[in-house]
Amino acid sequence: MHDKTVAELAQGLRDRQFTSVELTRSFLDRIAALDNRYNSFIGVDEAAALSDAQAADQRLAAGDATALTGIPVAHKDIFCTAGMRTSCGSRMLDNFVPPYDATLIRRFRRAGAVLLGKTNMDEFAMGSSNETSYYGAVRNPWNTDLVPGGSSGGSAAAVAALLAPAATGTDTGGSIRQPAAFCGITGLKPTYGRVSRLGMVAFASSLDQAGPMAHSARDCAVLLNTMAGHDSGDATSSEMPVPDYTVTLDQPLRGLRIGLPQEYFGEGLDVATGARIDAALRELEAQGAMVSEVSLPHSHLTIPAYYVIAPAEASTNLARFDGVRYGYRCPDPVDLHDLYTRTREQGFGDEVKRRILVGTYALSAGYYEAYYKKAQQVRRLIKQDFMRCFEQVDVIAGPTTPGPAFALGAKSDDPIAMYLEDVYTLAVNLAGLPGMSVPAGLVDGSPVGLQLIGRHFDEARLLNVAHRFQQATDWHRRRPADVEGAQ
Amino acid sequence: MAVEQDEIERIAELARIRIAAGEMGQVTRRIAQILHLVEQLQAVDTSTVEPMANPLDATGRLRPDAVTEDDCRTAFQAIAPAVENGLYLVPKVID
Repeated sequence: MHDKTVAELAQGLRDRQFTSVELTRSFLDRIAALDNRYNSFIGVDEAAALSDAQAADQRLAAGDATALTGIPVAHKDIFCTAGMRTSCGSRMLDNFVPPYDATLIRRFRRAGAVLLGKTNMDEFAMGSSNETSYYGAVRNPWNTDLVPGGSSGGSAAAVAALLAPAATGTDTGGSIRQPAAFCGITGLKPTYGRVSRLGMVAFASSLDQAGPMAHSARDCAVLLNTMAGHDSGDATSSEMPVPDYTVTLDQPLRGLRIGLPQEYFGEGLDVATGARIDAALRELEAQGAMVSEVSLPHSHLTIPAYYVIAPAEASTNLARFDGVRYGYRCPDPVDLHDLYTRTREQGFGDEVKRRILVGTYALSAGYYEAYYKKAQQVRRLIKQDFMRCFEQVDVIAGPTTPGPAFALGAKSDDPIAMYLEDVYTLAVNLAGLPGMSVPAGLVDGSPVGLQLIGRHFDEARLLNVAHRFQQATDWHRRRPADVEGAQ
Repeated sequence: MAVEQDEIERIAELARIRIAAGEMGQVTRRIAQILHLVEQLQAVDTSTVEPMANPLDATGRLRPDAVTEDDCRTAFQAIAPAVENGLYLVPKVID
């Protein structure tokens, strides 16, 4: 049961092969038995999950089911869940039980999905290895000595280890795509504004976006159908109509123009990873796509622009954690200043503090123009590069990451080395574009991902390309050798 | 732009984050590395480029000035570290 796609599980539920309660129980049992290896979940409420499942079974029996009714879905612990702790991977929110549901959670509930549990993540989504979590590092199911990627590393590992059929993540600079690549699953970061951010703990508000993580493009399409749409509670959520992302999945690729940014295939790309990407592109060509080289000339400024803008926005967003209204409060504060400064010293981890300090610096008097304004100008140049490319091509493709997953601890003491891991994913967030990672093969037994980047609101096209690729390849069906119960 | 330790002390104060004296040197070095990384931005001529705050160049939407929220005070205060009579408690600010 646990190695089926969302679409297959939905069919099984409708055909009464099993009930949602049975399905949910089987995933809960796997989590209880196996997750000590991966540490992919922070919170599981078995009784609540089974109660969701019972309600779903009633809906199924009444013939009132959606494509997700009765399907267990794991959610990154960044989405507020009413009555269930939402920690964001931080000591600061270790005691935080939200009084409301994020819009994304509400949408899944409305569809009848089962809330299977809350997944581990880098603290406040700041990290590329899932090592900054207050709840400990997540391990990669393909090799538990390796990182799963981050920041949505718990979601990626849970799906890869068959502890959840699908999950949600968030992506501010690659946090869905990079762990999806490292864990051999399919992940989509939608266009900025496609999915509501209400109730999603804010990191960098002009970059953050939630998206689906699953075994296949088809499953991502099914999830996105439920997630996407306007929300009056999020002023940045888009009013663009939402198509049914499943109906265009099978469209032929004949005539599709794919651009390869020369900057994504140069120095820094692991040779074996590059070979997997080349092979994937040949498969797309075999289906009639036309591949040509394009250029994103400001690519070298992506990391500098991102590491001004993201910390600046983070420093502002995280100012709310003050030990007064909710979350952690330091013991025995002597005065208000002591309450603020020690609460934040003790409640935040090192990487979060570092980014707050960099952001505060970039926004402080005398530096605003040189750092923040400058980065916003460069951000426009980076977006313009993409817009020019999309005059010539329909989709941009390249590697998701410079190489396969690295060892736990290998980069955790070197923030700069960690930042460089996101060299191919950050620009997509700066430009607000949709981006996807699709399993494209193995390098020394570890998965690597093909990244697909589309025009604004062209998620359907990315899902179509990924689906066609998955019809012709089986990389997305490969399972880690030591994951029990894999087919 | 090299960054000095006293500057990081000032920034930490602005950000209301206490940094233990023994960690200040290490924190300063890390921040300096990151600021060095972003220094490349200065080499680009952006004199004619408009800053971009929103990737879709969207601006805030307006809505009618009407009350849309219920009174959630009880629910919100139930998760606060310290409250009394509907008020959030903090250490004494004024003697």
